[in-house]
Amino acid sequence: MSGPSTLFDKIWSSHAILVRPDGATLLYVDRHFVHDGSGNAFRMLKERGLAVRRPDRTFATPDHYVSTLSHDLASINEPHRRGVVEELEANAKAAGLTLFGLSDRRQGIVHVIGPEQGLSQPGMIIVCGDSHTATHGALGALAFGIGASEVGHVLATQTLWQRKPRNMRIVIDGTLAQGVHAKDVILAIIAQIGAAGGVGHVIEYAGSAIRAMGIEARLTICNMSIEAGARAGMVAPDDTTFAYLHGRPYAPKGADWDAALAHWASLASDADARFDREVHLDAAEIAPMVTWGTSPETAAPITARVPDPASAGDAARRDSIERALAYMDLRPGTPLTEIAIDRVFIGSCTNSRIEDLRAAAKVLDGRRAVVPAMAVPGSGLVKAQAEAEGLDAIFKRAGFEWRESGCSMCVGMNGDLVAPGERCASTSNRNFVGRQGKGARTHLMSPAMAAAAAVTGKLADVRQFPMRP
Amino acid sequence: MQPFRRLDASAAPIGMPNVDTDQIIPARFLWRKRSDGFGHLLFHDLRFGDGGAPKPDFVLNRDVYRNARILVAGRNFGCGSSREHAVWALYDYGIRAVVAPSFGDIFFNNSFQNGLLPVALPAERVAALRALLEQSPGSSIAIDLEAQTLTGPDRAVDRFEIDPFRKECLLAGADDISFTLGYRDRIAEFENACEAKVRWL
Ligand code: SF4
Repeated sequence: MSGPSTLFDKIWSSHAILVRPDGATLLYVDRHFVHDGSGNAFRMLKERGLAVRRPDRTFATPDHYVSTLSHDLASINEPHRRGVVEELEANAKAAGLTLFGLSDRRQGIVHVIGPEQGLSQPGMIIVCGDSHTATHGALGALAFGIGASEVGHVLATQTLWQRKPRNMRIVIDGTLAQGVHAKDVILAIIAQIGAAGGVGHVIEYAGSAIRAMGIEARLTICNMSIEAGARAGMVAPDDTTFAYLHGRPYAPKGADWDAALAHWASLASDADARFDREVHLDAAEIAPMVTWGTSPETAAPITARVPDPASAGDAARRDSIERALAYMDLRPGTPLTEIAIDRVFIGSCTNSRIEDLRAAAKVLDGRRAVVPAMAVPGSGLVKAQAEAEGLDAIFKRAGFEWRESGCSMCVGMNGDLVAPGERCASTSNRNFVGRQGKGARTHLMSPAMAAAAAVTGKLADVRQFPMRP
Repeated sequence: MQPFRRLDASAAPIGMPNVDTDQIIPARFLWRKRSDGFGHLLFHDLRFGDGGAPKPDFVLNRDVYRNARILVAGRNFGCGSSREHAVWALYDYGIRAVVAPSFGDIFFNNSFQNGLLPVALPAERVAALRALLEQSPGSSIAIDLEAQTLTGPDRAVDRFEIDPFRKECLLAGADDISFTLGYRDRIAEFENACEAKVRWL
């Protein structure tokens, strides 16, 4: 590619097999993840008598429909849920895909296990039939979600037709205050640019605050790029990335590692690369955030109050606030810290990795939840690690249920649902109407904030919880 | 896939912004097979009350909108998950086009794979179209894909943009997979060159 280019430009152009005069580009896909919602795509393939082109580049794990009480297949007592998990395992076996099945400790939420296994690497194009595929961009990959027809297309051809999205850079400089985590940063970004703020763009997150973050925090940020409307989110690979990948099962080894490093180090955006849009945030100004409404863009600092529709600029905005407040059963002007909650969910591909569990456990240590609460690790390996560190004991002593890995209450497809009318403090990524169950009311926040909510029974400011050293 | 060329049909306004895929079809229905059909599940929790009775105030439950084939929606329609079921539900119900100021990116791509046309127009014009449909419920909108025009109930004509490749596929009712398989050799060549360079994959 000539001229200065961005990380995204570089990955895009190195994967373009052909570009039609009208701009439609056939992209090569390096990694394809499939989960237990892929049945329709496999059926599409079968109906046409097509085979999976690159089984060696396709990795499968069941996550949406699995029981978090037990990973014994028989414990999924609802036939259609068990059916989709069985179908995935059968499809994977028939096509010769690598399967992290229910009985495998490596099973987990697809966006947790890709990075964990070292499958997601800088410079790759990674796709999956799930919108939160953007998560993998934290490793310096171009990763995005696709629909079922596109999953079928990738299975059959290992390629995808796409038009090139635009470049957007979000620069966060400065240092995060005590008690402020990656989740607060991404919620603050979405509050600022809106749920459609990134539509048609790929976001590169940059700035000193991002550079200072570990990979797990970057995964949380990239994960919610889709809630900002963007196609994908990414962070340029750096020493933090390389250190994270080194020694992981699917990371390159020996001479390959050296060759990979040289390649990865060349991927960062050129200093004079142009972005179609730039947004700047000051890390020091970000407070712990919670959402009050039914779109992630309704995020506000925990010190704020429920907004008043009457003060909205225009009728459409007033109407949407009114609707949200009616669904959420909230009164304008109520301090957010006075909102009582009914349950707490710590988990999902946004916040179910070991650092998330550590952050929550730090708040929970020596305290007790006053509402029902559960912690769902993102993978079998995260769970094992947490248990080795004794975190499970802290969660259990605090009254939390300690579950098996899976998507769980993030979307409730496995039956882990929030009851109608119940209010849930959740570390997941979507607070849509009915997302966690019909009539369920969701407040999004970080694991530390969810832990603080669990012990107070209200939305709470984690900065006011003295923590054990 | 059915080709899409021209559509002159009754349209229904859905004004709220950020209509997400969980609202278009709740997650609890996603385990079903494509061949089961999803039309009866479209907007399920907005459309039906607890006992399964239609909610009289939901737009598609009003008699004048019952035959709507076009939705005129708010910004960021179809945001959220990648579930293609959202498109299947709209299509199976009978919706053939959605007009909005902006769309969720994955929903937008999924639409083309199924013969549903998403039309993006400026927010003011979309709001004006909704107002017209509310003033005279049941009125029609005409869309000509070849000419890339949309004619409102007020007879005003707007031109809309569409990716030429997507347009070609929609007009022909053609399917990506067979088209791409025609490039088999190019793909293999690219794949081999890549693998020579990036051996660790
Ligand atoms: S955890 Fe939630 S958002 Fe993530 S893949 Fe599972 S259902 Fe989707």
